Amino acid sequence: MAEEIKKIMFTVRKAPHGTIYVYEGLEVKLIMAAYDADISVVFMDDGVFAVKKGQNTKELGIKGFEATYGALVDYEITKVFVDRQSMEERGMTEDDLVVIGEDEDTEEPIKPQVVESDAIAAMMAEQHNILAF
Amino acid sequence: MLHTVNKSPFQNTTLESCVRFARSGDVILLIEDGVLAAQAGNAKIALLEEAMQKCEVLALSADLKARAVTELVPGIKITDYNGFVDLVEKNTTHSWL
Amino acid sequence: MKLAVCIYEGPYNHAASDTAYNFIQAAVQKGHEIKGIFFYHDGVYNVTKLMEPPQDDRHIANRWSALGATGIDIVVCIAAAKRRGIVDDVLVPNVRISGLGQLTMMAIEADRLVVFGD
Repeated sequence: MAEEIKKIMFTVRKAPHGTIYVYEGLEVKLIMAAYDADISVVFMDDGVFAVKKGQNTKELGIKGFEATYGALVDYEITKVFVDRQSMEERGMTEDDLVVIGEDEDTEEPIKPQVVESDAIAAMMAEQHNILAF
Repeated sequence: MLHTVNKSPFQNTTLESCVRFARSGDVILLIEDGVLAAQAGNAKIALLEEAMQKCEVLALSADLKARAVTELVPGIKITDYNGFVDLVEKNTTHSWL
Repeated sequence: MKLAVCIYEGPYNHAASDTAYNFIQAAVQKGHEIKGIFFYHDGVYNVTKLMEPPQDDRHIANRWSALGATGIDIVVCIAAAKRRGIVDDVLVPNVRISGLGQLTMMAIEADRLVVFGD
């Protein structure tokens, strides 16, 4: 009998660029996507800035990674969520979010799903393990 | 769920977020600088009371002792590393870094 | 129960490594199996033999090495290590460098994964 696919959640609560947590955390997601796991990613608190579009790190002299988020769906990471309250508290709207891929059939851009805190809390409770970055 | 919090509530809003997402019956464990929230008479008592309405709130004894936090906000319990391990055994853990 | 631990911060600068160590000691004494310990981000600095703390302080790298000697799999992330100049030659015994796939396996195969970081 096949083993049950384990649910692994990533929470991203830190701002990008201030520390390497978000960037190296993204590397973990891309690797883990190649394994048999049911992956979800939740951006909350300052983590919502990681998925704000229009990041330009050129003047910092560091490699940006916004473009990599554009490939999440290609990596089959499709369960990508943003905490609405965190986003709104920080003056952002859904229009500010990056595109994470496009729909195979319609070619429509796919964005992270903006959800309420209680929905995130319910998802957290279902996980096998949670990795915070 | 077990939620670990290692930040002072006077430093940032980590504890606040944890309390917002914690569900009834969850456990919040204060570790490292997180234990500063447990100091009796501190200004964040309303946040802790909100947490204790739905969750059990504990603080790690080694971190409390190291920081001379001896008088605790009423209702906060003390545990040690053995207790920490038991909590992990019973719950999936989220670290609110 | 099978436990795994991930450590994100370097030695001495942050409490994460100490908290993780104390947690693991308690878990081992209680009879839990430690599926693995994974060092990521600046956590890779915890196991270099180049550190030489004062005699009256704990030797963080040797402490992890001793834990590794008991058979616990201690893994340093290769991508994080290379970025920070940590290579096989500078590691204490009983730890190994490997990829993020090891962290993935710990997250999937361990009953519980606990993260210590900043």
